[in-house]
Amino acid sequence: MGLLSKKDAKLITDPLADNNPITIQVLGICSALAITAELKASIVMAISVMAVLAIGNVVISLMRNIIPSKIRIIVQLVVVAALVIIVDQVLKAFAYELSKTLSVFVGLIITNCIIMGRFEAFALANKPWRSFLDGLGNAAGYGLILIIVGFFRELLGSGTLLGYPVLGNPIPGELTGLYKYGYENNGFMLLSPMALIVVGIIIWVQRSKNKALVEDN
Amino acid sequence: MEHLELFLKSIFIDNMVFATFLGMCSYLAVSKKVNTAVGLGAAVIFVLAITVPLNWLLDQYLLQPGALSWLGEEYADYDLSFLSFIMFIATIATMVQLVEIVVEKFSPSLYNSLGIFLPLIAVNCAILGGSLFMQSREIPTLGLATVYGIGSGIGWFLAILAIAAIREKIRYSNVPPALRGLGITFIITGLMAIGFMSFGGMLTGGDEEAPKEEKTVKVDSKEEKEVLANNIKVNE
Repeated sequence: MGLLSKKDAKLITDPLADNNPITIQVLGICSALAITAELKASIVMAISVMAVLAIGNVVISLMRNIIPSKIRIIVQLVVVAALVIIVDQVLKAFAYELSKTLSVFVGLIITNCIIMGRFEAFALANKPWRSFLDGLGNAAGYGLILIIVGFFRELLGSGTLLGYPVLGNPIPGELTGLYKYGYENNGFMLLSPMALIVVGIIIWVQRSKNKALVEDN
Repeated sequence: MEHLELFLKSIFIDNMVFATFLGMCSYLAVSKKVNTAVGLGAAVIFVLAITVPLNWLLDQYLLQPGALSWLGEEYADYDLSFLSFIMFIATIATMVQLVEIVVEKFSPSLYNSLGIFLPLIAVNCAILGGSLFMQSREIPTLGLATVYGIGSGIGWFLAILAIAAIREKIRYSNVPPALRGLGITFIITGLMAIGFMSFGGMLTGGDEEAPKEEKTVKVDSKEEKEVLANNIKVNE
């Protein structure tokens, strides 16, 4: 990363693993669970959040010296809401079907705690370029988990990835691929409880690799 | 009857936490002790009970396509629904500020124990989600909107109360180290969600005369229904 100094690069790489917004900071969980039954929806959500968080972080950082601290939450909400309205309109224009699937969850980017959390914790105290990197990094860490969860849920739940059947043809009578050997889709993966359990397992794996992250009961 | 049905449905079947994963951040962060969980749960019920009907009025008389017709004929085809996010969040932020003032005045100890999470109710997705679901499910009357708000709040309250009680007990259990804290909480919530799915048949009682309803009840949220429908198509 020739472009970035070591300190700046850390802003991007840290949230990917050891300071991941979802598994460590416990932020932005709702959307991570609700829209991950399909990989495509996860990717679109990750990109939307990345756009909102990076741009919003820059905007807040530019205004940080003129926002009175008493009304900062309202100012932050207005900035996020404006950005989310733009994202929502863009999605409706270019990916209407998908925006239907995401339904209210695009609107819920407004209340995604990662965004407020980063505004509060970082953008209010740092320069625009660093805030931009921080926004990108955190959104990427969030997107990473989203994509992992989306990948497993779609693969095990419907046997497809991005809508393409990868495990063979599940139609009775013309079975191919894995289905020929008696494999069946686990429809349970598509239901909400399994999202929680998948994230729980990701956390488990992550913490057993890095003992420093282990918490008390 | 309609009111009671929506009330029970919003508590058990469309439970905010277990069916749609709303308000998870504060649900996970504030559920270490029963006391604080009860305080936050009560605040959420209160805020939801006020903001959902308020936003219903906003939606009905300002935001819906054609909602402005009360202003006169020439306004009848205005569609301001793209403004709903910002209007809803403004209502919610105001109400949360109000709750904060009230709690600080009447229960300083609760105010201190909730700390940063009280202002964060404003960004609790359950609250905004309540209003957005109210809009997208097209709840027809003010009364039903109020019932929906209160019911969803109680559902959230129940969920956080239950997990807080479990987490207080689990402190004495021998959980694998890497799973302690967040990991086990996620998995327990998943198991609780599976349990709550069994409320699905409650309102129809598995009645054969109402096959249409059973279909909507079986699958919790809209998104999943669509996904399942697609899946069924693929399977067929």
